[in-house]
Amino acid sequence: MEKFTTHTGVGVPLRRSNVDTDQIIPAVYLKRVTRTGFEDALFAAWRGDPTFVLNQDAYRAGSVLVAGPDFGTGSSREHAVWALKDYGFRVVLASRFADIFRGNSGKQGLVAGVVAQEDIELLWKILETNPGTEVTVDLVNRTASAQDVTVPFQIDDYTRWRLMEGLDDIGLTLQHEDEISAFEATRASWRPKTLPARTLPKVEIEAARPVG
Amino acid sequence: MTDDEEMSNMAGTLAEKVWDAHLVRRGTDGSPDLLYIDLHLVHEVTSPQAFEGLRLAGRQVRRPDLTIATEDHNTPTLDIDLPIADLTSRTQIDTLRNNAREFGVRIHSLGDADQGIVHQVGPQLGLTMPGLTVVCGDSHTSTHGAFGALAFGIGTSEVEHVLATQTLPLAPFKTMAINVEGELPPGATSKDIILAIIAKIGTGGGQGYVLEYRGEAIRRLSMEARMTICNMSIEAGARAGMIAPDDTTFEYLKGRPHAPEGADWDAAVEYWRTLRSDDDAVFDAEVTLRASDLEPFVTWGTNPGQGLPISATVPVPEQIADENERVAAERAIEYMGLTPGQPLREIPVDTVFIGSCTNGRIEDLRSVAKVVQGRKKADGVRVLVVPASARVRLQAEAEGLDQIFLDFGAEWRNAGCSMCLGMNPDQLQPGERAASTSNRNFEGRQGKGGRTHLVSPLVAAATAIRGTLSSLSDLDLPEGTDITSFDGTPLAPLDPRVLVQV
Repeated sequence: MEKFTTHTGVGVPLRRSNVDTDQIIPAVYLKRVTRTGFEDALFAAWRGDPTFVLNQDAYRAGSVLVAGPDFGTGSSREHAVWALKDYGFRVVLASRFADIFRGNSGKQGLVAGVVAQEDIELLWKILETNPGTEVTVDLVNRTASAQDVTVPFQIDDYTRWRLMEGLDDIGLTLQHEDEISAFEATRASWRPKTLPARTLPKVEIEAARPVG
Repeated sequence: MTDDEEMSNMAGTLAEKVWDAHLVRRGTDGSPDLLYIDLHLVHEVTSPQAFEGLRLAGRQVRRPDLTIATEDHNTPTLDIDLPIADLTSRTQIDTLRNNAREFGVRIHSLGDADQGIVHQVGPQLGLTMPGLTVVCGDSHTSTHGAFGALAFGIGTSEVEHVLATQTLPLAPFKTMAINVEGELPPGATSKDIILAIIAKIGTGGGQGYVLEYRGEAIRRLSMEARMTICNMSIEAGARAGMIAPDDTTFEYLKGRPHAPEGADWDAAVEYWRTLRSDDDAVFDAEVTLRASDLEPFVTWGTNPGQGLPISATVPVPEQIADENERVAAERAIEYMGLTPGQPLREIPVDTVFIGSCTNGRIEDLRSVAKVVQGRKKADGVRVLVVPASARVRLQAEAEGLDQIFLDFGAEWRNAGCSMCLGMNPDQLQPGERAASTSNRNFEGRQGKGGRTHLVSPLVAAATAIRGTLSSLSDLDLPEGTDITSFDGTPLAPLDPRVLVQV
């Protein structure tokens, strides 16, 4: 994972609350089996609307998304984070994030910073008054600045540390492999195992056919 | 006394007890706890990149014996014996099959009696049980919390993490008690309970919390009805929802293929009985709802919190004080093509979808069949009935429910996620309106431009008959029809000698 300390890029005001993961990337794009190449899928339904913010030249190269509350609600699809990253976003700022989305962001090097709603409004005003304004996001000091305004954002210490060090979670966990093995040795025998497989008798399934 | 001992001696909530029993390592200095995962469910959509990650790093699946895969999101519900027409869907499913083979993971593929929506497959095989940690790359994993398991959805990076280590680093959560008092009135179901809860606390109300559903109304519910409630915890923003296990839970489990047997069963039940929040446990938040005040709920907007009793009218945005909510309501009403002030009961639908991990189980199908039996659907309405799993389908067919649906004018399909999210060909056309027993009414969820009203199976049935959003009270039900025991009816005890069971 790429290390993240500070980032400066065009800020994009997204004046919508409850931007759910179906809006960030519709399910139809989830059929791919790769981890990259999702940039065309980001906000796919809205991209057809010429007035949509990312269709305006000043915002097209945006990399800091400033969104309304409850960003990333809905499904667990990490594709939402991949799509934002593939498009070029490095940071999303909002006053509230869905838990799973926030977790996914941290694992993929996308900063999800929690900013007070009044500060979001302040940033929106700047970015809308002067389209193309750059926002500097400083993860060390947990601040976002645009023009002469600097607002604080929250991100938990552990995620921040991992983002700044660019650390891989699995590698970190495997440092404790002996503790995992010790835990496994105490696992009660009633707890289920999927193998060897036990099922009810196999039954032939007849395919449903189109009607009419 | 050390800090740890002090913690373990404190009264605990159900969620905290399950958490503590899976602690591989307690985090220090702000780092998360490392939790052991008992059961990892895998499907085709959120796993390919995780397996790819393992391959790139030269890692194995640590515990294939705690992992199980099935195909559900992309699978067609027609012609399942033919090659999948959509090439990208076929590739994704083939990728899962190849990964399962390469990494030694058990898979139930299309055409297998145990194929189906992953959240139905775990419980019906008896793999889901109280006191487990259950994860899946799917936000509706919260369903399994109905058994008193700590179950939550994870992203693909976490899927890879669990495949590689059978653990997850997790920051502690807060706990919220949701007390549902009293008794549900006739015609109202567990779906109406959860829609009412979400309308009350909002789609962000549960963020950071594990919800525990308690109270008389919850205790009276069948296992399947409890699953409906826990399933939609995520729609209130909570990653997990739980219900303390009781005799209803044990009865559902006993005799299922992977349920413990003999001494293991006894030991398990003894432990499971300790899995309840202590009387003096402290929750970080509490919410109370009176079930007896509930009537069937339907959503009018584009998030699951935008729901109202069916006797209400479409909200008038000008009357909403909060600006964000007002703007959201205006946008939703426009997208949904509704008129402020319009009675919900007058909204006509084009499609009725009965299915999904929320309401595609045998009990749901039985409830619908009970209502539509001997009737004809409204003209011009398409009715789609999609069982949650192939076993549910077989069970329904064994009971003759399929014939009731076909006579009614509905389409009877193969198992899968289907129109809940429209990843397969089952989609709404732009502008088309559906009453759906699924879990999300997001813009375009069921097909680009499609409009979704979330409803219970009973409301779906009544709506299919009348063609506009309706509840059972709008129907002339035959004298003596029992409309109170849909959810309460326990499933028939599982008899291993009977060939087809769910």
